[in-house]
Amino acid sequence: MSEEIVNEIKLPNESELILSSSPHLHVKQDIRKIMLTVLIALLPTTVAGIYFFGFDALKVIFYCVAFCVLLEMLWFKMAGKPMSTVKDGSAALTGLLLALNLSSAMPWWVCLIGALLAIWLGKQVFGGLGHNPFNPALVARVGLLIGLPGYMTTWVPTKLMTQTPVTEYSKQFFSPTGLTDLAAGNLDAITCATPLGVLGTTEKILDTTVQATFLDVSSLDACWQYFIGNVGGCIGEVSALALLIGGVILVATKLIKWQVPVAYIGSVAIFTYIISSIWPGVTPMPLFHILTGGLLIGAIFMATDMVTSPMTTTGAVIFGVGCGIITCLIRIWGNYPEGVSFSILFMNALVPLIDRFARTKPFGFKKLIAKGADA
Amino acid sequence: MSAKSAYKVVTFSGGVHPDYDGKDLTRECAITEAPLLDQYQVIVHQNIGAPPKVIVNTGDEVKKGQVIAEANGFVSVPLHAPTSGEIGKPIEVPGPMGTNVPVVVIDADGKDEWGELMPPIDWKNSDGDTIKDRIRAAGIVGMGGAAFPTHVKLSPPADKKIDYMILNGAECEPYLTADHRLMLEQPEKVLAGAAILAKSIGVENIYIGIELNKQNAIDTLLAKADEYNVKIIGLKVLYPQGAEKQLIYAATGRKVPAGGLPMEAGCVVQNVATAAAVFDAVVEGKPLIERITTITGTPVVKPGNWKLRMGYTVAQALELAGGVKENPGKLILGGPMMGFAQKSLQVPIAKNSSGILLLARNEVVQYESMPCIRCGKCVGACPMNLLPGTLSSQIESESFDLAEQYNVMDCIECGSCAYICPSNRPLVQHFRRAKAEINMKRRAQQKK
Repeated sequence: MSEEIVNEIKLPNESELILSSSPHLHVKQDIRKIMLTVLIALLPTTVAGIYFFGFDALKVIFYCVAFCVLLEMLWFKMAGKPMSTVKDGSAALTGLLLALNLSSAMPWWVCLIGALLAIWLGKQVFGGLGHNPFNPALVARVGLLIGLPGYMTTWVPTKLMTQTPVTEYSKQFFSPTGLTDLAAGNLDAITCATPLGVLGTTEKILDTTVQATFLDVSSLDACWQYFIGNVGGCIGEVSALALLIGGVILVATKLIKWQVPVAYIGSVAIFTYIISSIWPGVTPMPLFHILTGGLLIGAIFMATDMVTSPMTTTGAVIFGVGCGIITCLIRIWGNYPEGVSFSILFMNALVPLIDRFARTKPFGFKKLIAKGADA
Repeated sequence: MSAKSAYKVVTFSGGVHPDYDGKDLTRECAITEAPLLDQYQVIVHQNIGAPPKVIVNTGDEVKKGQVIAEANGFVSVPLHAPTSGEIGKPIEVPGPMGTNVPVVVIDADGKDEWGELMPPIDWKNSDGDTIKDRIRAAGIVGMGGAAFPTHVKLSPPADKKIDYMILNGAECEPYLTADHRLMLEQPEKVLAGAAILAKSIGVENIYIGIELNKQNAIDTLLAKADEYNVKIIGLKVLYPQGAEKQLIYAATGRKVPAGGLPMEAGCVVQNVATAAAVFDAVVEGKPLIERITTITGTPVVKPGNWKLRMGYTVAQALELAGGVKENPGKLILGGPMMGFAQKSLQVPIAKNSSGILLLARNEVVQYESMPCIRCGKCVGACPMNLLPGTLSSQIESESFDLAEQYNVMDCIECGSCAYICPSNRPLVQHFRRAKAEINMKRRAQQKK
């Protein structure tokens, strides 16, 4: 080998070599990208909400996201934490989830209180991202429901529902005065009931008139309306179709454990099927329960929150079934028409226990136990 | 291809597959013999266990293959001269683990003359101990990375019946292709080596597990496998497919008990490069003085597979590969998942140096570690079915007893969890720390 060639060869500069422990490769995924993907998965239902409830919905979304991000930044400033942490996108996601859990008629100051409850009480007091035991958006929703029940149980109809002539489907959700206002074109003040709200006001007795109500609210036509989202409710919970698209995105990108929504929705279906088969006057058939209220947004986006759900797949199934059963109990026999938020928060509290119970067995562990028993 | 039906495809549960495995850089690069050097710096302690005792003095003339250090105890192997020449002054050089290590310096005479070779063994008609003694005399250790003396692995206690000899040709570490080229270019050596290893412990069932991304190696070995009574097993491309316990499970369906050794599942696992070295030792009488090393990475001018003598330094090896195009951010001995980052180019190649990998500055992972968001991806990736996220939180709060209850000692440090973690948590470092703390506690208890 001649010397000239050797001289041309450039060797690494030792002083620039970085020393660190293995592994030296890392997947191209981080918290920011995860949050961004969840935001994208929420886009269909966000768009659906704005489509059905109009500009008001957009305002609520804007308020919630802005307040959540600002309050998170304010907390960082007060706590002396690096401001860059806000870039992880978790506050924006909490803000959007909060907005999707509110009615489009919400005034800005309720959004502010909600953001306070979510970011400060729900998340930062526990130590911030990764340390909160409860889903922050649900802490806010339930806090508002208890503190400001009037605001949280007043629903506005979708734009389609107020179109004249009012369809038979829509009529069942308006009060007599509401129908008069509608006929007079007095749309500003008009409110409507949600399907679950209609059930809440009917007495649960074995009565044929009650069963008729059930048949009305759970007719195929009504279920189709619920599926596309033409129904009163929170901004983000109305369109089952849009929520399912988001769910497919989350499962395809492996950001949620599919066991949670499947166990949750499945147990609601089985539970309500059994109850409605035995006592037809107590509750409608499963399809109604799946498509109405916050079940889908809860099962797909809220119960699957990584921080507040179990780490193992076995745990995820237990968690999902628990959410499903509690939701049914509240919906059918509880004082509130809807039980999704309560059930998820309750199961959130059980997650440390579930995680302990559903621990994985290390590879080869069983044999060792068996051996130890023999000896 | 009809050969496809000739082998079964198996895998384990868990694991990760890197987006880019870097094997395309060197997959087509045939093994090239490295030129002779003027001087070799041979690390004395290249095996797990006791370091061998140096028996040569400054000024001694040695021949290629001559013993320069004697085995010191059962878990120890001798060391041989990589070329003929004169022994220089003993010095210390930077070692692969970051500390300085003693080396035997050989100033080559350029003749590269073999000393007296060990007599060939008719292994088909010899007993196990003869083969094992030869394997030990040739200084053979696990060449996949662990450098555990091979003869020790072949000496299970009398009450442990061994049913399977499994050769690891998975080469699941990204970037490395040395084993791939070896199987492709010297299939008979690998197969015969496997048969010799099996013969030494009286085993009938011989498997070679190969990842499906080395189809041509599978086909090459399949063509001759029957002659040696070897079965080829296709392994799904998944890291860490070549980890001992995972390979045993994939090949035989047997689970090595937690905390136990492969022999407790009736298996012995050896690397394919080790098998080839065994062939050289038994059939040709040559000791282990060289190995195939992949020199690779995007900053390398001419990545390739080289046959390097022990005592080549990283700098000299990189010169063979034409040096670097740009200043790299990291130098790794071994693969990117379990290899060791190096600070010095003067580290000599050892028996377990399967690769010299350079990562460009933009490929080096240097993220800020975030809190665990409990996404559970690590749980899905862990081949040992542990809870890495939970463990790391426990260790962060120094709850080592709790971590022990959660089986941190079963961690094989493959790095799958740290690779997949979206919060970039230093999981493997946490586990190494906990293992060290727990081992320290156990030793203290034993003393009492």
